[in-house]
Amino acid sequence: MIDSALEYKTITKVVGPLIFVEKTHAVGYNEIVSLRLEDGTIKRGQVMDSSNKAVVVQVFEGTAGINRNASVKFLGDTMHLPVSGDILGRIFSGSGEPIDGGMNIIPEDKLDINGSAINPYARDSPNEFIQTGISTIDGMNTLVRGQKLPIFSSSGLPHNDIALQIARQAQVKESSGGQFAVVFAAMGITNEEAQYFMRDFERTGALKRAVIYLNLASDPAIERLITPRLALTAAEYLAFTMDLHVLVILTDITNYAEALREIGAAREEVPGRRGYPGYMYTDFAMLYERAGRIKGKKGSITQFPILTMPGDDKTHPIPDLSGYITEGQILVSRDLHRKGIYPPINVLPSLSRLMNQGIGKGKTREDHKAISDQLYAAYAEGIDLRGLVAIVGKEALSERDRLFLDFADLFEEKFVQQGRNENRDIETTLSIGWDLVSTLPETSLTRIDRKYIEKYHPKYAKKE
Amino acid sequence: MTENGRIVRVSGPVVTAEGISARMYDLVLAGNDGLMGEVIKIVGDNSVIQVYEDTSNVRPGEPVKKPWATSSVELGPGLLGQIYDGIQRPLPKLMEKMGDFIKRGVSEPGLSHTKKYHFIPSVKKGVKVSNGDTLGYVQETKYHRHYILANVDGKELSGLNEGDYTIDDPVGSYSDGMPVLMYHKWPVRTPRPYRKKMAPYEPLVTGQRIFDTFFPVAKGGTAAIPGPFGSGKTVSQHQLAKWSDSDIVVYVGCGERGNEMTEVLTEFPELQDPKTGSPLMDRTVLIANTSNMPVAAREASVYTGITFAEYFRDMGYNVSLMADSTSRWAEAMREISSRLEEMPGEEGFPAYLSARLSTFYERAGVVQTMSNKEASVTVIGAVSPPGGDFSEPVTQNTLRIVKVFWALDAKLAQRRHFPSVNWLTSYTLYTDITNEWFNKNVSPRWSESRQHFMTLLQKEAELQEIVQLVGSDALPPDEQLTLEIARMIREILLQQNAFHEVDSYCSIQRQMMLNEAIIEFENYAKEAVAKEIAVESIASMKARDLLSKARFEKNFEEELKKAMEYAKNEFASMGVKV
Ligand SMILES: Nc1ncnc2c1ncn2[C@@H]1O[C@H](COP(=O)(O)OP(=O)(O)OP(=O)(O)O)[C@@H](O)[C@H]1O
Ligand SMILES: [Mg+2]
Repeated sequence: MIDSALEYKTITKVVGPLIFVEKTHAVGYNEIVSLRLEDGTIKRGQVMDSSNKAVVVQVFEGTAGINRNASVKFLGDTMHLPVSGDILGRIFSGSGEPIDGGMNIIPEDKLDINGSAINPYARDSPNEFIQTGISTIDGMNTLVRGQKLPIFSSSGLPHNDIALQIARQAQVKESSGGQFAVVFAAMGITNEEAQYFMRDFERTGALKRAVIYLNLASDPAIERLITPRLALTAAEYLAFTMDLHVLVILTDITNYAEALREIGAAREEVPGRRGYPGYMYTDFAMLYERAGRIKGKKGSITQFPILTMPGDDKTHPIPDLSGYITEGQILVSRDLHRKGIYPPINVLPSLSRLMNQGIGKGKTREDHKAISDQLYAAYAEGIDLRGLVAIVGKEALSERDRLFLDFADLFEEKFVQQGRNENRDIETTLSIGWDLVSTLPETSLTRIDRKYIEKYHPKYAKKE
Repeated sequence: MTENGRIVRVSGPVVTAEGISARMYDLVLAGNDGLMGEVIKIVGDNSVIQVYEDTSNVRPGEPVKKPWATSSVELGPGLLGQIYDGIQRPLPKLMEKMGDFIKRGVSEPGLSHTKKYHFIPSVKKGVKVSNGDTLGYVQETKYHRHYILANVDGKELSGLNEGDYTIDDPVGSYSDGMPVLMYHKWPVRTPRPYRKKMAPYEPLVTGQRIFDTFFPVAKGGTAAIPGPFGSGKTVSQHQLAKWSDSDIVVYVGCGERGNEMTEVLTEFPELQDPKTGSPLMDRTVLIANTSNMPVAAREASVYTGITFAEYFRDMGYNVSLMADSTSRWAEAMREISSRLEEMPGEEGFPAYLSARLSTFYERAGVVQTMSNKEASVTVIGAVSPPGGDFSEPVTQNTLRIVKVFWALDAKLAQRRHFPSVNWLTSYTLYTDITNEWFNKNVSPRWSESRQHFMTLLQKEAELQEIVQLVGSDALPPDEQLTLEIARMIREILLQQNAFHEVDSYCSIQRQMMLNEAIIEFENYAKEAVAKEIAVESIASMKARDLLSKARFEKNFEEELKKAMEYAKNEFASMGVKV
């Protein structure tokens, strides 16, 4: 575009991450901006408001060092990501520059990073079981291809290990086939955390099948707004052009939300709850809804966003709005972690809303739902009893209640607890479940049909 | 006729233009791509437009065209079974035109203008007709007559002809020469007229025990389902869309998940309409403006939906509209309002939030239509309060308007008690009329049993407080029994598994049988307790177990009878007279 040659030195105001520019040509909404500072530094930004009078630009790398002498160039288009099959195995910065010493990508295509909504009519329902090898997920909160299932965690908990273990182990049953790829977007995580991820990717050879975007804690906060969009654009290319099954890990959504809040404040918007912008729901949805399957396409996008709940509070706007968009949540619990249990996933507040579509005969096993419901109910009862024991003492419990109390402990030790490299197939997970429920009186297994008890309960199964 | 203006400002979905003399809610085409939008504010020479499509790359100076029409929808044959975005663009057509992703700048009429329908007139030449009068019909599906309604102010017909027509072909004419078409346009923000509004008088039967037996909504009534994420709003709305005895269902997915719409699209054609046995999709119109689709179209989607509902009402049908979620609608209003730099009210919502919500729910009701039919629109809105806190503005403003409140409870949902409707905080203001109806049409003991259960549940809540402090052993046996019977009510009546092939739908006859069975069981149990039988042994009776499982059985009636026979034997062996 011819206009992109023009450079302006008409900055009138700099506020937080925003600059206001006047007397420009007609500039497009969401257009990408390049800024040259006095010392020659180049920064990039995006138009948030464009009028005859002034243009408001949000600067990705932050406004540090900008003064009114900086010159502004409008690049004539929205932000696009160059993509090709060669992005697999590559590492990029949070704004999409290669940082692994490799060459620039020779693009097959350039895609708008904001993507566009999948036509709801074009969607295909997610119903293929993904085996993560983690019992609490596979057995009780089953993940399916095309789902968005966030990990709700808190600072100091091993959510990164869980994410890595999933990335390493995730596979589908042989029959449905298809190649996996991992897209990893880090937003504001520490260098150490990033190294941890990178080492693991290299150690396991996963890097070859991965695309990585890194915005670290020391990188500018505003850049975090584009990092997940780059990652999801890459994911869409891999899934819907290259036919891959893409697992997208976004960490940490909380840092992303902080960046959103910063922009909102700088624009002097009326803040919503706890200072986050009123449109945060819609903004989150623009990321999370980029998961899914499309009719007639081989690939799929499955999302694992990770977020740390400020103050361990599930009603905080970040987990709350996420929960309103995603298809369930996996809750990482501080209590279980304190007990030394890995992965410290609390199944009671966790939920995979698409589980029923992915389990059962032909997918996992016919008794899956029943055993899962029974484990859930028995564990919930055991946990209630723990509360009661704290008040009335163990002696006050009936024989039956004591069995449930013990069940809760066993469940945590045998079913929840597993090694960081322990990859349990679904059969193993289910049979651990059966072993556990067999410690309970058979009459209390009300969630399980007689026919499954006769077939899978160790008491009967052994006789065969 | 068009008139040309220029864009002077673009701020997200809000675009300001000068040089068009627009009226409020006029439709405009903004920018080089002709993005569809609607005028929502006029300041001096400037018109402020909410644009229904992504405005990236749109810049000041681009043209704005005004095709001289208010933003409106097309009403006529072809609506049933369709899936639209918030501004009535058919999603299958959009997919045909632009592929799997929604691109912008594509307009597409709401109805097919090429498909032919067989029109059968029902009015003779010379008759004077007005707005809403029936002119004839098209048999749109096996069971649905799509009545063709006049949209003129008192004109004499000079003739209507049976035949196969597209909606653009005249099916006849008025005496002044004006052609009669099978469709007309209607501005979505204007309620469709009716002769008079009447008081609701019968329940919307839903096949859901918690709704029918405990908190019924009337046909033509209004209900809200607030609840935190994951508490079961969408599943409840889907259940109502599937099983309620409505003639027509309009389902608005407003700012929610894409996958949920896919679920409706894959399930509904497979399921049977409980009233007619035809595919459920035949009686359904879907509006899917998911959370990642433009917010301005999300704002419009609810109006589009209610206009469809009124249109089918005007044909004489009982229509239900489900909106999931009205909170996302309110948020769309908030987002646009803040772009307009309006003075924010509570929590940033515009001051007119309450007015908009009540005008929307006011469009529900039982009416006498313009063609003197009795028909209704029932509106059921989901509400998604942040953090599950019901004191927030959308929930509070909704509660001031609606007559039924189904409060979903996170604690119940986490205990997998579904539907997680809290029986202590929910209410319905229709019991007078619904009690009468159920007593007359199902059983004279309906309202009595309902009241009995409500009292028991209330009593349970009081007893639970004591139990928390001293344990249940400290209670006298009759109160322990109250707890046990209340538990049966919760397990057997209140809970209902939406995904169970049998339990998903429970006819009102079956509901009454269950009610009676529980009451009978309770009566025996009381006698047993009087004979000093321990409550624990009543709780562990085989009959108790059979009773709780009967609802999952295809041959429900037999199984229930069996359970009660068993109960009689067991109680008899305890020395109870049966
Ligand atoms: N009647 C029911 N029977 C069985 N399961 C149910 C029922 N209602 C809800 N559930 C369970 O609860 C989950 C969440 O329900 P649903 O999607 O309706 O929640 P929601 O309130 O709409 O949440 P959100 O606000 O996030 O959209 C379902 O996926 C299902 O597992
Ligand atoms: Mg929902």
